[in-house]
Amino acid sequence: MEILKPAIAGTLESSDAQVTIEPGKAGIELTLTSSVMNQYGRQIRATILEALERLDVSNARVTVVDKGALDCTLKARVECAVFRSCGQSAANIPWGGVVR
Amino acid sequence: MIPRPRPERFRLRRTMMFMNAQKPGLIKDAYIYGCDSIMLDLEDAVAENQKDAARFSLYHALRSIDYGDTEVVVRINGLDTPHWQEDVRVCVAGGADGIRIAKCESAQDVHTVEHAVEQAEREFGVEPGRTLLMAALESPKGILNAYEICSASERMFGVAISGGDFRKCMQTTPQRDGVDMLFARGQMLLAARAAGIQCFDTVFTDLDDQEGFEAEVRQNKAMGFDGKSLINPKQIRFVHQVFAPTQKEVIQAEKILLAYREQSAAGVGVFTVDGKMIDVAFIPGAERTLRLARACGMYEGDLV
Repeated sequence: MEILKPAIAGTLESSDAQVTIEPGKAGIELTLTSSVMNQYGRQIRATILEALERLDVSNARVTVVDKGALDCTLKARVECAVFRSCGQSAANIPWGGVVR
Repeated sequence: MIPRPRPERFRLRRTMMFMNAQKPGLIKDAYIYGCDSIMLDLEDAVAENQKDAARFSLYHALRSIDYGDTEVVVRINGLDTPHWQEDVRVCVAGGADGIRIAKCESAQDVHTVEHAVEQAEREFGVEPGRTLLMAALESPKGILNAYEICSASERMFGVAISGGDFRKCMQTTPQRDGVDMLFARGQMLLAARAAGIQCFDTVFTDLDDQEGFEAEVRQNKAMGFDGKSLINPKQIRFVHQVFAPTQKEVIQAEKILLAYREQSAAGVGVFTVDGKMIDVAFIPGAERTLRLARACGMYEGDLV
């Protein structure tokens, strides 16, 4: 998917993550801050990059502020931000397809 | 991925706790509280501009969190909104046990949702008929049409009244003795029993008024409800206590079932237990008591 406009999903509440995605030209530029960076930083990064790859996003600036979200929450927030940036988040989501 | 077993249409549902599907902190460990069902909410708890985000959150929660024996029902948005069809798709794709139809007013509303569920089951390769339905009656029209709603589909497992909206329509407020919704609750119970499905009371929203809450739960039990909707885990324990059978009822039920087995094997239809006449009509009630007792940890036998 091509990132068309900036979009945000998620909150800064505990157990959540806020994902901001903007159009970019130089591959995936990921900026990650997390309250559990030392323990889970690598895993969080991997989960985010994996979700973006599944959605076929190859160029974007992505900022994630993680507040101790589970993997399932991270995926949900990344996907929501991407679909919002394409204006496609409201209906006909490919549940079980690229969203899984 | 956590595959959930095929939902049971009739199971124990004493407590159904509402949770905002958009809040990861809430839904990630909802099963630890021990309520019989959780109700993940896509409707009123979710702000209008977060409906999309709540669905992504719901989908991954359903697919990756092991809720164990806790039933997972999702409250979808009303049929008068642009959201409900996508809500149905995500519920079916995620494998929710059931869908609660908000603001249900007619059998047609049930059929409309059922049709969308059938389509989604085909689309996502889900076993046809797996996804159960329940209806929330929130208006005078819903209460008046209770029976046609309750009997509208083989997927329907229950019906619940939603006090907030209903009282608004009726120009009343919660009363200590329950007189504000006495007729509506009674009518809904009659309809549910006539259709052979379960019946649940509304939430009690004043968390500081424990006395009022307890009085309402006792009245629910006395009226014959199967369970109650809740908004806070601290309400669960009391409902389970009130809905548990007494020791005396458990012993009586056990005696009835044992005697029934013996007598019917000997070709006897009507007999007495402790001086009371018993025939086949008492058996479903006794079985229900023992199932409830088992869920409450009061019965470990093998009669049910």
